[in-house]
Amino acid sequence: MTQSKSKNQIRIGGGAGFSGDRIDSAVELAAKGELDYIVLECLAERTVALGNLIKIREPDKGYSETLSARIKTLLPVCLPKGVRIISNMGSANPMAAAEKSYEIARELGFPDMQVAVVLGDDVLDIIKNKPGLILLESGKPLESILPQVISANAYLGADAIIPALNTGHALVLTGRVADPSLFLSPMIHEFNWSYNNYKLLAQGTVAGHLLECAGQLTGGYFADPGKKNVPDLARLGFPYADVTREGKVTLGKAPDTGGRLDVMTCTEQLIYEIHDPSRYITPDCILDVTDIQFKLNSLNCVHVFGARALPRTDTYKVSVGYMRGYMGDGQISYAGPNAVERARLAGEVVAERLKNRGFDHLEIHEDLIGINSLHGKASPAKDPYEIRLRLAVKCPDKTAADAVGEEVEALLTNGPAGGGGFFRQTKELVAIESVFLPRHLVKPTLHTIGKL
Amino acid sequence: MNIIVYNIAHARAGDKGRTVNISVTAFDEAGFRHLKQHLTPEKVAESFFPIADGPVSRYELGKLNAFNFVVENIRGGGVTVSLSHDIHGKSLSYLMLGIVLPEIS
Repeated sequence: MTQSKSKNQIRIGGGAGFSGDRIDSAVELAAKGELDYIVLECLAERTVALGNLIKIREPDKGYSETLSARIKTLLPVCLPKGVRIISNMGSANPMAAAEKSYEIARELGFPDMQVAVVLGDDVLDIIKNKPGLILLESGKPLESILPQVISANAYLGADAIIPALNTGHALVLTGRVADPSLFLSPMIHEFNWSYNNYKLLAQGTVAGHLLECAGQLTGGYFADPGKKNVPDLARLGFPYADVTREGKVTLGKAPDTGGRLDVMTCTEQLIYEIHDPSRYITPDCILDVTDIQFKLNSLNCVHVFGARALPRTDTYKVSVGYMRGYMGDGQISYAGPNAVERARLAGEVVAERLKNRGFDHLEIHEDLIGINSLHGKASPAKDPYEIRLRLAVKCPDKTAADAVGEEVEALLTNGPAGGGGFFRQTKELVAIESVFLPRHLVKPTLHTIGKL
Repeated sequence: MNIIVYNIAHARAGDKGRTVNISVTAFDEAGFRHLKQHLTPEKVAESFFPIADGPVSRYELGKLNAFNFVVENIRGGGVTVSLSHDIHGKSLSYLMLGIVLPEIS
């Protein structure tokens, strides 16, 4: 298929910032935003590892759980308008995600739709055969957790997606790709930007970074009533960026929606989840946002300038997922006179009962929700009217994890007076560590699903 | 009369493993200068000490009247294995905004 017609400016929408993001807002953006591309970023740090855990048990699953709902609602809007979709919803199983998407397309009456799939981020076999890798967080050798490892995925860059975009297919699905790279790829594809032009890579990457959490740029996660008001937050509109061939970036928001896009919202999102602002490392470049400036051109229209970058590093960051046993959690609430003392007594009783049942190795994490569950010992002491006790443990065996919830449940008839609103859960814990892998060991590949 | 950071700035927190970063953006330049003088990494480390071992680094984005604080070694260990109620530490922006500072002269 040939390259799409030459353009000097493209519009890329941020249609999802995580797997649980609002689908209505994405549909509204695609319908009203006059987009060329919509990017759906749906993978948190641990999501691919959890997907892999599902895939091990159900080989045709392991892609994003919200894929079907997103594809079903977005295809009928995007396909007639020629808006191409780029998403990492492939998660641990991009091929199965593509098959599912193609099946949905046929059901919706789009039998000609094809899906381009990017593989190669799964490097589990490669790291297993590469001794001497060091875990970044703990400093220990990878071998120390290898028996528990269930996934290893490299954060691919924009260049891995270019062959998929060259196919011209309406939907591009990937596994793990660095979030800003999902947005940078259509810019490189349309404008043929070089990896030697750091000014352009910088502007494109910062645009991607700003869009990658969707509504967090346009007033989501921002409102503080009376202090930082957000108009019509319930109808929060998602953002887009207009990017020119020369790297000029202008941000906008879906028309006739709620939210706000201005220097304050952009500044909060620029600094979101970055460390040293002069060295934000992506697979495409080392971005420097120290001298970034935002200029409000008109209502909900912001010009971004001042990004710089250095050449990309010669390694890929790889997220390694491994089993860490189980987490058990039980919760119960108390209110009125002496509520906090009753909650504290409940915690002591559960701890003693667990010990008496032989679970004496458990380290119990206690939260008094309403007092200290969010800021721990940094919270000022002040008793509220009502209080929720939460007890949590992590341990290698499920029986012990279950026991915490069981004992909290038993408080209903065997604990202090007036406990209510009980809840319990046990979850498998998948932990994440990271390693750096030399670039040359990782080989992204392109596949196609759909009618030939 | 003392003030709190909340009076002169806004903030957002994000996480990467056992590290949390919190942006603090002053509403104006006077606020930025006040933060620069008083909201030092040492001051933040002291306020966060009950929940994090540190260190705390402070980066400046002067053209935006903003700082990025990076607080390392949050106790209880990282989003993927933490037993905390808020595993991501997302609410820590408001611990930052509650830090007491001298009033602006």
